[in-house]
Amino acid sequence: MQRNEVKSVLMAGVGGQGILRASDILCEVMMEEGYDVKKSEVHGMAQRGGCVTSHVLFGGKVYSPLAKKGDVNILLSFEKMETLRYLDYLDAEGLVIINMEEMYPPSVNLGDATYPDDVMGMVSSLFTKVVSVDAGKMASRAGNIKAVNTVLLGILSNYLDLNPLSWEKVLRKSFRGKAIDLNLKAFHLGVTC
Amino acid sequence: MKVLMSGNDAIARGAYECGVRFASGYPGTPSTEIMESFARYDGVYAEWSPNEKVALEVGIGAALAGARSMVVMKHVGVNVAADPLFTVSYTGTNGALVIISADDPSLHSSQNEQDNRNYAKFVKIPMLEPADSEEAKAFIKLAFEISEKFDTPVFLRSTTRVSHSKSLITLQEPVPYEDMTSIRFDAQKYVMVPANARMRRRSVEERLRKLEAYAEKFGENRMEINSEDVGIITAGMPYNYAKAVFPDYSYLKLGMVYPLPVEMIKRFAEKIKKIYVVEELDPFIEEQVRVLGIKVIGKEIFPYTNEFDPGVIEAAILGKKEQAVNIPPLNIPARPPNLCPGCPHRGLFYVLGKLKAFVTGDIGCYTLSFMKPLEGLHSCICMGASIGMAHGMSKALGDKGMDKVVGVIGDSTFIHSGITPLLNMAYNRSNAVIVICDNRTTAMTGMQEHPATGFTLQGEPTKRLDFEKLARALGIDNVRVVDPYDIKAVQTVMREELKRQGPSLVVSRRSCILFKREAQDARKPLRIDPDKCIGCRTCINLGCPPIAWKKFENMQPGTYKKNAKKQEGIAFIETSLCNGCSVCSQLCKVGAIGEEQ
Repeated sequence: MQRNEVKSVLMAGVGGQGILRASDILCEVMMEEGYDVKKSEVHGMAQRGGCVTSHVLFGGKVYSPLAKKGDVNILLSFEKMETLRYLDYLDAEGLVIINMEEMYPPSVNLGDATYPDDVMGMVSSLFTKVVSVDAGKMASRAGNIKAVNTVLLGILSNYLDLNPLSWEKVLRKSFRGKAIDLNLKAFHLGVTC
Repeated sequence: MKVLMSGNDAIARGAYECGVRFASGYPGTPSTEIMESFARYDGVYAEWSPNEKVALEVGIGAALAGARSMVVMKHVGVNVAADPLFTVSYTGTNGALVIISADDPSLHSSQNEQDNRNYAKFVKIPMLEPADSEEAKAFIKLAFEISEKFDTPVFLRSTTRVSHSKSLITLQEPVPYEDMTSIRFDAQKYVMVPANARMRRRSVEERLRKLEAYAEKFGENRMEINSEDVGIITAGMPYNYAKAVFPDYSYLKLGMVYPLPVEMIKRFAEKIKKIYVVEELDPFIEEQVRVLGIKVIGKEIFPYTNEFDPGVIEAAILGKKEQAVNIPPLNIPARPPNLCPGCPHRGLFYVLGKLKAFVTGDIGCYTLSFMKPLEGLHSCICMGASIGMAHGMSKALGDKGMDKVVGVIGDSTFIHSGITPLLNMAYNRSNAVIVICDNRTTAMTGMQEHPATGFTLQGEPTKRLDFEKLARALGIDNVRVVDPYDIKAVQTVMREELKRQGPSLVVSRRSCILFKREAQDARKPLRIDPDKCIGCRTCINLGCPPIAWKKFENMQPGTYKKNAKKQEGIAFIETSLCNGCSVCSQLCKVGAIGEEQ
């Protein structure tokens, strides 16, 4: 990419999936690589099982910490259905990475609403670059189901031109003790999937 | 050194760098992390006060003793602190006093969307508004300088997007701390009886004239002249949104949003043909610019409600919506926030929802129980409102209200502003039942300490407020404590207290499931036995995230078993999410829910 243009990644999912941590890590890697970077998310009430998003924008000089609808280069979705909620943020040439995990919202559990049954079909009919993964399975293989966010970062790293050494440096800095190796493994599984 | 920091952390860092060692506040999104972050620096004093009014009075006291003091709150907190605020404008500050107001355009986590820039004008004190973390750190320092220079309290306004976005900042060495505290008597200045206040009233106006002159040369009010055709007057985060979509326009970027640099605005207007005023919420800058006789475009094209983003500004100015891909309407089930699995509020509100009583509510996680399926809370106005409202409703209804009015309030919220209305209930005698949802922490904002947790913001053990003793001392004779995990006990206590004449207090006590300090007994996740479940949906109606409903019509034939004649589906528990609170198993009539084998 041109260093002076601003690019963006939108992470979306459900409170508790580690989205804020993942976007922090991504920003730190951007910093390592010398980019200006801004990110934005909402804390508080939304964290109680509601939808969570994190906008990450990077480039030569970044003004807005929020992406414009229709401008996002990569949508990294931590939960299948949540992908649909943010499709209008994507650029026509944008890439969608979907973690296939399903988490039912209260209305679905109550039987008042139905979980959409053809998310992949809907997304593929609108966008050409679509990647689907089972990050939970890979996280379990790495040793902890909660490392889903790191697995997804590994997959994301394949589509961003960032030095693998910067990723490793930031990942090592972001975790402590046994969690370091576990997350490096989870990241690597994402990279090679 | 460049680091990535949130606006809130940057405010705390800036205060520390410029020698501030004293801060008070009350938690509230999006302001909470400022105090938490500041409290971790060496040599500072930082406290959670019981509410914003107390926090401000603490800050005023510290300032009058010569300290540089910072007081932190969310936008609605300023309403609580408004009483001392209006008069400290008269007295001035001696030391320095900066009040952070963190506003919440879009109501991400608030009950209203008030624009606190109006307070600056109302109280007649200056207000600075940063646009990102680097500015947040710089502006807090400038705010303290202005406070000292003009003997005035100063507002620093943040918004959710400034507080909770992260951007790069350069850390600086803190200036060496200088102790400037001493006792200084000045009755004419600090005793606001009418005779003194009339004099101070005049100095407020004189100060404001001086501040208006200062605004003209204030370095953070700046022009960026790029185009003679189109220009934007803006401040705070909207500046960034506008720059992202219109980098070639000219800008008048205001770091001080009150008072405004009138001459500078006039000069900008002389240079630029067409001017937009870009500001979220109220036309605060726009109205003042229009009074100058300058023609601008503002709220006729920009929304009054909700926060902006680059797309909102672009669409308003260009009059069209650019859409990269035409997304058809998709039927996506909403995902509102919900009480956590194992939340102690769930059992309580399940019972309250079945009482057929009006439950006046308050501010906290439990407010979420107004939603389906619990529907156990029927109003929410502001911090502490539940108790006064329950009393008023009970009095107005008279005999009709007997056993029909309940007020609920969280532990931190009760301390914030529930004690006085509870005293009122004891004094004026009503029949409402008040429930303190005591989860031993300020849960909604992320586990902050308060006077009933036994610890201070900086982690020191301290006196622990005893709600039961307090209530009895206020004159409430009927005080009961109940465990909200014990559904039968909650039902019994609520029924008994509702029937009783006179006010009652029930303390529903169990610590927040996310609160690690108060150890929960280890509980195993539960499962539903498909051979026993009769599909009655009682457990489903708890709205607990791990409990889900599967309709038989959506299941493969042969994979399910009907245990009742009209059974249409089966409930199941996602064990990885279950905290084993057992509320669902207590409600199951057929004993289908038990520990996983």
